Amino acid sequence: MKRLFAALALLLVAAAAALAWLNLRGDPPADVAAGAAPADEAALRERGAYLARAGNCQDCHTPRGGLPYSGGRGIPTPFGTVYSSNLTPDPQAGLGAWTALDFRRALHNGRSRDGRMLYPAFPYDATTRISEADADALFAYLRSLPAVARPNRPHALRFPYDTQLALAVWRALYFRPGRFVPDAAQPAAWNRGAYLVQGLGHCAACHAERNALGASRDPLGLGGGLMPLQNWLAPALTGRSASADRLAALLKDGVAEGAALLGPMAEVVLHSTQHLQPADLQAMAVYLQSLPAAADPPAAGKPPGAAQRARGEKLYETHCADCHGAQGQGVPGAYLPLAGNPGALQDPPANPVQVVLGGAFAASTAGHPRPFGMPPFATELSDEEIAAVLSYVRDAWGNRAGAVQALDVQRWRGSVRP
Amino acid sequence: MGAAIAGLWLAATAAAAAAGFEDTMAQRLRACTGCHGADGRAASDGYHPRIAGKPAGYLYRQLRAFRDGQRRYALMGTLLAPLDDAYLREIAAHFATLELPYPPPAPAPARADAATLRRGAQLARDGDPARQIPACTSCHGNQLTGAGDDLPGLLGLPVDYLNAQLGAWRTGARQAAAPDCMAQIARQLSAEEVSALAHWLAAQPVPGTPRPAAPAGPLPLRCGGLDGAK
Repeated sequence: MKRLFAALALLLVAAAAALAWLNLRGDPPADVAAGAAPADEAALRERGAYLARAGNCQDCHTPRGGLPYSGGRGIPTPFGTVYSSNLTPDPQAGLGAWTALDFRRALHNGRSRDGRMLYPAFPYDATTRISEADADALFAYLRSLPAVARPNRPHALRFPYDTQLALAVWRALYFRPGRFVPDAAQPAAWNRGAYLVQGLGHCAACHAERNALGASRDPLGLGGGLMPLQNWLAPALTGRSASADRLAALLKDGVAEGAALLGPMAEVVLHSTQHLQPADLQAMAVYLQSLPAAADPPAAGKPPGAAQRARGEKLYETHCADCHGAQGQGVPGAYLPLAGNPGALQDPPANPVQVVLGGAFAASTAGHPRPFGMPPFATELSDEEIAAVLSYVRDAWGNRAGAVQALDVQRWRGSVRP
Repeated sequence: MGAAIAGLWLAATAAAAAAGFEDTMAQRLRACTGCHGADGRAASDGYHPRIAGKPAGYLYRQLRAFRDGQRRYALMGTLLAPLDDAYLREIAAHFATLELPYPPPAPAPARADAATLRRGAQLARDGDPARQIPACTSCHGNQLTGAGDDLPGLLGLPVDYLNAQLGAWRTGARQAAAPDCMAQIARQLSAEEVSALAHWLAAQPVPGTPRPAAPAGPLPLRCGGLDGAK
């Protein structure tokens, strides 16, 4: 009996040690000369500001309508709400007492200044790829912001997700720290693009499906997935047929001929990608375009029944044809074509449902400052009507995608916008 | 040959769709008029308010407040999320410049009796000096058609919308920058007074030229939203 206890105790100690090791590996050594005074502090800050744009850090770290980087924005997750932290240099509420090394450890290993493990709503599985030099530039920029004394708000997570032990287990299972390693066989643009997409851009935070514990199934895969709670489909970024130029234009202007980025991605364009240098956008596009298609695309659903299709056609003539055209051809530069529009034909059809429910504008950008809008139909059309009109669109003019069910619309009504 | 014909056909259909299409702000803002009615003159559903002819400064601040979450209505917040300040300002200016006739007010619903309407009229015109409640007319224009670039008119709005807004100011669901003068006023009102005001306002005919009046001079209260928010 005693021996059994001893064996169990030994096992526990070993497990704890493994857990600790799995969580501490990758921490920068304490004696590293981080943030050694650079020759040109102003240039460093400016580069940091640009990198922060590329990472869209401000969006999550600013309360809606509040002071930039003062934190407190609620990020709804299936496990409760995570509140972003204050990144301004306030000594108590923000990063005022942090060193560049502390900041590197947060980005690279997801740990706070006091060693506490951070929640992966902060996408440190992506920011771990950011170079040391870029981490220091980001830190220099954040240090230059006006300090805001807004105290951090505690997360509102359910048990057991609110414990550090659960976080330690999650990190041991899913988090692998490590800087980006260029692929010598690829051109410089490809490597730059890969660095931005995998690291700062944290594209996989939305464009990779998450498992039941909220971890990206394949953090580098970008195979697409339904965003939890928001219920927009972040489509697969692999196997894209569009040219790199067209992808870069979409990220710059929010629109390209016959295509527009809508929903959460329109906000990313507004706050982040439209501000990036053309060479960086081109690099991201080159990298994305090189990703091979997923092995097995989802099977197409069943076409609509005759009654649903006929009802949908009538609704289309009444509500949609004015702008999108009787043949789904759209109006160039204003209204998207629906014939052959991949966004309208995706499965699951979450995005077309969201667009009909909530209406849509593309982002207003320097290249496209006055987008044409679509009205919301949430208060005008029932679940059945929205399902019918979309089923018609997905089955007309050569489109061949499965029917939309009223149950889908009902499920996606009232989705959360963080 | 086949490809050429297909090309021609596509060009022809695009031209057909473009027939009713104009490259204008009105065309761009069909996203708004779906709920707010043709030209933004209010919809028949009895809730979505008229936006045509409201002061540009007021409309701009409301658009920003919806986008940034200080004024909460999910449809507005989602729709405006990808738009920058410059475009919101243009949208506000577009609707502010529309001069459209108002429909006659809906007959006062049966639930508002004569005493209620009298109480509403009294509050709107005289306020309640003993409780430091200013008259609506002291800020929103003598004829309640708004004043200057910032203060909206209160006539020609659905009773349910007025009720919901005054109620929201009262409970804090609708807020403006501090000092929040409308919240201070609404918190002084009882639920019955809110209802009386909403019913009286909704029952008033709109005067012939419902343009905002010239700014009336100093306001009776300080309003944070009106300094520097633009």
